[in-house]
Amino acid sequence: MKVDEATVHRIARLARIKVTAEEARGLEKELTGILDWVKMLDEVDTRNVEPMTRVVPIVLRQRIDTVTDGEIARDVTANAPKVEDHFFVVPKVVE
Amino acid sequence: MSKTELTKLTLTEARDGLRKKSFTAVELTAAFNDAIAAGNGGLNAYVLPTPEHALAQARQSDQRLAAGKAGALEGLPLGIKDLYATKGVRTTACSKILGDFTPTYESTVTQNLWDAGAVMLGKLNNDEFAMGSSNETSCFGNVINPWRRKAVSGALSNDKLVPGGSSGGSSAAVAADMCLAATATDTGGSIRQPAALTGTVGIKPTYGRCSRWGIVAFASSLDQAGPIAKTTRDAAILLKAMASPDPKDSTCVDTPVPDYEAEIGKSLKGLRVGVPKEYRIEGMSAEIEVLWQKGIAWLKAAGATIHDISLPHTKYALPAYYIVAPAECSSNLARYDGVRYGLRVPGRDVTETYENTRAAGFGKEVRRRILIGTYVLSAGYYDAYYLKAQKVRSLIKNDFDQAWAKVDCILTPTTPSPAFAAGEKSGDPLAMYLEDIFTVTVNMAGLPGISVPAGLSSQGTPLGLQLIGKPFDEGTLFRAGQAIEDAAGRFPVPVKWWA
Amino acid sequence: MTTVTKAVPMQDNAAAAKSPNLIKGNTGDWEVVIGLEVHAQVNSRSKLFSGSSTAFGAAPNSHVSLVDAAMPGMLPVINAECVAQAVRTGLGLNAQINLKSVFDRKNYFYPDLPQGYQISQYKQPIVGEGRIEIDVDGASMKVGIERLHLEQDAGKSIHDQHPEFSYVDLNRSGVALMEIVSKPDMRSAKQAQAYVTKLRTILRYLGTCDGDMEKGNLRADVNVSVRKPGAALGTRCEIKNVNSIRFIGQAVDVEARRQIEIIEDGGKIDQETRLFDPVKGETRSMRSKEEAHDYRYFPDPDLLPLEFKPEFVAGLKAKLPELPDAKKARFVKDFGLSNYDAGVLVAERENADYFEAVLSTLKDGTRDGKTAANWVINELFGRLNKESKDVGASPVSAAQLGSLVGLIGDSTISGKIAKDVFEILWAEGGDPAEIVESRGMKQVTDTGAIEKAVDEIIAANPDKVAQVIAKPTMLGWFVGQVIKQTGGKAAPATVNEILKKKLGI
Repeated sequence: MKVDEATVHRIARLARIKVTAEEARGLEKELTGILDWVKMLDEVDTRNVEPMTRVVPIVLRQRIDTVTDGEIARDVTANAPKVEDHFFVVPKVVE
Repeated sequence: MSKTELTKLTLTEARDGLRKKSFTAVELTAAFNDAIAAGNGGLNAYVLPTPEHALAQARQSDQRLAAGKAGALEGLPLGIKDLYATKGVRTTACSKILGDFTPTYESTVTQNLWDAGAVMLGKLNNDEFAMGSSNETSCFGNVINPWRRKAVSGALSNDKLVPGGSSGGSSAAVAADMCLAATATDTGGSIRQPAALTGTVGIKPTYGRCSRWGIVAFASSLDQAGPIAKTTRDAAILLKAMASPDPKDSTCVDTPVPDYEAEIGKSLKGLRVGVPKEYRIEGMSAEIEVLWQKGIAWLKAAGATIHDISLPHTKYALPAYYIVAPAECSSNLARYDGVRYGLRVPGRDVTETYENTRAAGFGKEVRRRILIGTYVLSAGYYDAYYLKAQKVRSLIKNDFDQAWAKVDCILTPTTPSPAFAAGEKSGDPLAMYLEDIFTVTVNMAGLPGISVPAGLSSQGTPLGLQLIGKPFDEGTLFRAGQAIEDAAGRFPVPVKWWA
Repeated sequence: MTTVTKAVPMQDNAAAAKSPNLIKGNTGDWEVVIGLEVHAQVNSRSKLFSGSSTAFGAAPNSHVSLVDAAMPGMLPVINAECVAQAVRTGLGLNAQINLKSVFDRKNYFYPDLPQGYQISQYKQPIVGEGRIEIDVDGASMKVGIERLHLEQDAGKSIHDQHPEFSYVDLNRSGVALMEIVSKPDMRSAKQAQAYVTKLRTILRYLGTCDGDMEKGNLRADVNVSVRKPGAALGTRCEIKNVNSIRFIGQAVDVEARRQIEIIEDGGKIDQETRLFDPVKGETRSMRSKEEAHDYRYFPDPDLLPLEFKPEFVAGLKAKLPELPDAKKARFVKDFGLSNYDAGVLVAERENADYFEAVLSTLKDGTRDGKTAANWVINELFGRLNKESKDVGASPVSAAQLGSLVGLIGDSTISGKIAKDVFEILWAEGGDPAEIVESRGMKQVTDTGAIEKAVDEIIAANPDKVAQVIAKPTMLGWFVGQVIKQTGGKAAPATVNEILKKKLGI
């Protein structure tokens, strides 16, 4: 599966990671190599196989609807790069 | 006892020594603090030693020991992989993107340890976000394996060897007597492979045995916490303390944790051991095959019966893993965006801030895996890659389910080769990925797996054997692992060159 | 989401969807096709996957747990009540309940989405196909439901406090939402409004969502496309986050006209997301959505498939309150109410509850039920509307009204006098029977007194007598005069009877 530079940039944009043109060229090769290798899975006949949807044979546990958490605005914002009155402050979103 | 002698103790011996009052918890912790101060520069196993914190805990342990209220791990100094959130103590996953992140919370597993009276010596180095097999991707620099190769002449090579990864700091620290034992995590082999490369014992329990709450997530359906220790018994004691039910983790089982230590020394009579032919791979070195045969002989001598089995989808586990794990990590690492914690590299708007922050904060291997993961989940590719890989995963698990009809555990080598030199495999990602070829199957099937040191390579570096078990049958792994340890002996590092 | 794109057979909608709903363009008639995706905030104390509070109006980031803030190592645990609320809603929509459903991650980046993904349901939602019935202009039609799924709400970003920065509050992040997707069965703004109104009523009856559109607890994304009748479906545009019934209607009209104009001018419609601007009365493209979102859905590996047994569903079904359609049918059957009146009573659960409380105080429900309905709808609701009160703030209690209706029913007072008593109850309160007794308002049925009054009126108005004999419909004038003569207390029916006898008509 050939991954070209344009695809690398598109994927990088989806992943919100800035990639320079030079990095994109290197990644093009690396990603193509890895994706070619994993295509080995095409050898396996999975037509009547269910995907693995649970690793542990247990039922999804449900919790009771009571308020047991929150009221920790200080902890929640303690590590934030920029905070004001317990709001997270970020550069503007361009709409 | 001298300080050096104290650090050479096994966890079991230290536990017994404290109970017998042969020494105090403070003495024990002080000995390790000194060892770290003297030796960490040479190995870079710890990214954040916490000597004062450790002594404070040790003092409290001495009080409890005196009052007869000792917990299961009372006063025992441990190293903690920097993937575990430790309250008030910087936790970075060895990535720049977490900056000086200091959690206001404690992971369930480490809380279990402190509740049992253990002492934290510091945070241990690892591959960034647990992605790697050599601890060469950490933002804090490489970890050096305390083992060195021996030339034919007997002279020690100066080549720096890798300690394995991602839990390289854990394995190096244990092997170098810089802690009694350490916590680690395993997603594709990150406990077992480093253990094998350092002559230590490492076990990844069944998926769902230990809680993942508070452990930085890499690949949610594969990650598991587990110990690296000097002996099989040590590992059993530590795993018992680490594991517990946890209502905060929906994938953690709600069943009591057995007394694993009780399995140590039990007979192997009637144990059926499987040897899968698909683990005999092309190009595997002869000494690995020899070691495997030795392991078979040891288990037979201990009363087990040996059976040839087939796990036909073995070779597809690694490529399937390199679809599933990157896919899950691409989503798990989306929260590292510079908004609520960690590094922020500002941009003109929030999108540019994300892009700058994540480019600056993530290392090359992490970026590579995020991009692979994003790609295989993207529109048009989901069925061909992710869905396909999850189906292959079902087949891999099914291979094991079929095998359990015939055998109780499975014996394989842990790694295709002993510790390699730093830089040797970092040029080609695929070459590095192949390190996990014997270990990933176990994560893909959600099974428990242990690596026990079994011998030395022709260059005098450790080799391990892996035992794979049925779900939640860690007991059998400890029992059989002990038999191998009894036969093979222990493998302490012969030359202490780093301090 | 998965809105059906193939043409929907119109068997249930033929009557309602005929020519009155077509829009006249320059090149002929156009049909509007509307589908709605409604986001309803689930009534629950805590959030869908965490234990923090869902209560409104808290200080910034105070109803936020470490899980909501997506700290490293955090994991989701599902809230059982949210699951039950979704199932109850599905039952109220006559929908298929899926015993197994899967939570998927919807991956995208936005400051109010701390995980970098929203936990939602993609291919296997908790509720499947269903339908609800709506009334538009007196006609009934069914609107199909495609699916209902559970998902996390996002936090809030405030953009207008600072020129360079936005402020993010995660209090709402992680609150449970039900996304209810309709089939594209609606053909006019009125139908769309009726659908959301009915959906809201059902949710409020069930208690699964409070339907408060002002608080944003119920929001609609409106999908609009146009086509010539009989043609294939046109390209649709999605108008996001319309938060009032009125705006839904306006948005449909405005967007339909916009699309018709473009097509008739020779252009084509771009599939895009738009916002409705009620001030300007137009829809605007959301530029930031120009890059097609690739959400990379995959099952959330921190969760397992959600599974429950048929017994669980049956248990919830057994405890559901009576829903509006069933209640309306019962009112019509038991009390002979018109469809319209019954509809008014069930439109809001509080109104229906009030009416039923009135009924419960009547000694003879069969005799007085219809009267009670008329009084509740016309007198009480009329007065409440005039004073902008809702039924919860009514000065006249159900018991008082029931008592009043009973007094009419047993002819103690006339309807006219009852209105006077009602005024007294409204302004001063009190017990109707006592008021009637103490103020001498009892109806006069004593035929002797009435006959006397009738004789007097007949004697005093010979010319009118002649007229009424010729034209008996004029009897009302006499009735009024006799009642006035008796100080308003004569029972009209008795007056009528006696007059007729005496006048010989």
